[in-house]
Amino acid sequence: MAVKGILREGEYYDSVTLMLVARDVLAMEGVDDAAVVMGTDQNKSILETSGILLDMFKNAIDSDLLIAVKAKDEATCDAAIQKATELLMSRQSKTQETGEYMPKSLEGAVDFLPDANMVIISLAGKYAGDEAMKALKKGLHVMLFSDNVSIETEIELKQYGKEHGLLVMGPDCGTAIINGAPLCFANVVNRGDIGIVAASGTGLQEVSAVISNEGVGISQAIGTGGRDVKKDIGGIMFIEGIKALEEDPETKYIAIVSKPPHPEVLEKVAALIKTEIKKPVVAILLGGDPKVVEEAGAIPANTLEEAGLIASSFSKGKSMDEFKQLLEEREKGLLNLAETESKNKTATQKFVRGLYTGGTLCDEAMLISRTIIGEVYGNAPLNPQFKLEDSWRSKENTFVDLGEDEFTVGRPHPMIDFTLRNKKILEEANDKEVAVILLDVVLGYGSNMNPGDELNPIIKQAKKSVEADGRNITFVCTITGTDKDPQGRGKVKQQLEDAGAIIMPSNAAASKLASYIVKNLGGAR
Amino acid sequence: MRKISDLFKQELQVINIGLVSFKESLEDVGIKVIQVDWRPSAATDDATKDALQKLLGTK
Repeated sequence: MAVKGILREGEYYDSVTLMLVARDVLAMEGVDDAAVVMGTDQNKSILETSGILLDMFKNAIDSDLLIAVKAKDEATCDAAIQKATELLMSRQSKTQETGEYMPKSLEGAVDFLPDANMVIISLAGKYAGDEAMKALKKGLHVMLFSDNVSIETEIELKQYGKEHGLLVMGPDCGTAIINGAPLCFANVVNRGDIGIVAASGTGLQEVSAVISNEGVGISQAIGTGGRDVKKDIGGIMFIEGIKALEEDPETKYIAIVSKPPHPEVLEKVAALIKTEIKKPVVAILLGGDPKVVEEAGAIPANTLEEAGLIASSFSKGKSMDEFKQLLEEREKGLLNLAETESKNKTATQKFVRGLYTGGTLCDEAMLISRTIIGEVYGNAPLNPQFKLEDSWRSKENTFVDLGEDEFTVGRPHPMIDFTLRNKKILEEANDKEVAVILLDVVLGYGSNMNPGDELNPIIKQAKKSVEADGRNITFVCTITGTDKDPQGRGKVKQQLEDAGAIIMPSNAAASKLASYIVKNLGGAR
Repeated sequence: MRKISDLFKQELQVINIGLVSFKESLEDVGIKVIQVDWRPSAATDDATKDALQKLLGTK
């Protein structure tokens, strides 16, 4: 085995570009390990752990590009390094070809685009806070996609934003829809009269997509970052966001989306709804106690889908009774489908394996499943006693969030790169105890552009591989997205159905169907 | 005083610092956006920053 590498001073690429190049290099025959990274201390320590920190890398600084390859021989190393540099150069020339002006700083950008009103920042966390404060001081709203920003910095930024009437979405805000524009990982949805404030990225995506698929639309969808509703931050932007929607004449209904907020934050939100908010509010606090907001006059929803459907019913001028009727009909349909899917299983097949790319969707699936089949195992389970000893090895009913750090170090997020999940799908299918594989597919900008093309052959392959021993695995999928998304929900749905998967209209429905099948098969705890 | 809700009445115009794909997707839906050619300066590298601060007596 040989290890070789190169260092290029002052050559900077963003992390997604680097990870996609590394992925292509890793796929080369004879390549055992590869890294294409900037020379930060964190990256150097990852290289050291992997045994590919070459001596020449030890004094590298953040602005140095490092390419390291471990392969069967030196020639393969050289070929891999050559490929990496070519891929990076093609990316660079693509940017240069367009010939557009790129200022070197925020100041330069403001000179060039004087009416700019929003800055999106997706730098490494240690740089992001400074740039965000610079933007706020110039009177610009901020979306901070970056994570690894300190709590102190977050408080400072949000306090400043609050005092100056500026949005500070994030840190760790993956998605928002402002004035109809999908920002970062967002879906293309209808415009309409429902405003959303969310402390959960995929939660916002699911609710906005459900609303759009119901034929109504979104006025604004404000993301706050998950930490906003924790005690330290105190819900600063969650509260400012709700106030802004109350003031917005285009917004007639408000949906709030969050994992359970800290009780003190929840009290503050409830007090605001009770005293200052005149518009109807629907609240989904995944796993939280809805009583406090209900007493304040908000309508609690049990699932993200329900939150979207209730808000949509309001927008369509329908009553809550009609909404409940719709829900009952859907429930009956689910039970019937579960009955059919339970019939073609062998005696050993009892369990579900949920392989999620969306963190909040995984949480919601576990919350729903728990009520039907009891506690489930996972790498981030609801009940800590059900944490998998090894996240790579499922047991009984297991839901894995593949977006957790343990799976994403050095590779793109699983919403972009399906390689890891595809491998897991085939592994889970091999387990004779598995009856159902549950998958989420999140569409929209930022996500994988061809999810149907990638998943269709894997599902077919998995199904075929178990035919020999007389098994039939039910694939249940939820697709978060709309027909307006670049991938097109209808097209992806067709591709997955062609592979034999069942596509549900929401994550809640998919989780319920999977759980009912398991319950029928005797796999509940 | 400026309010967050004022933003909702304006045309959204974006400055993007970081992942180029975020700029590209905004262009795709017709939003005015400019990419900053950001790169870490020597002064933002932790070790260099430490050395500089020591040298200037600010640490």
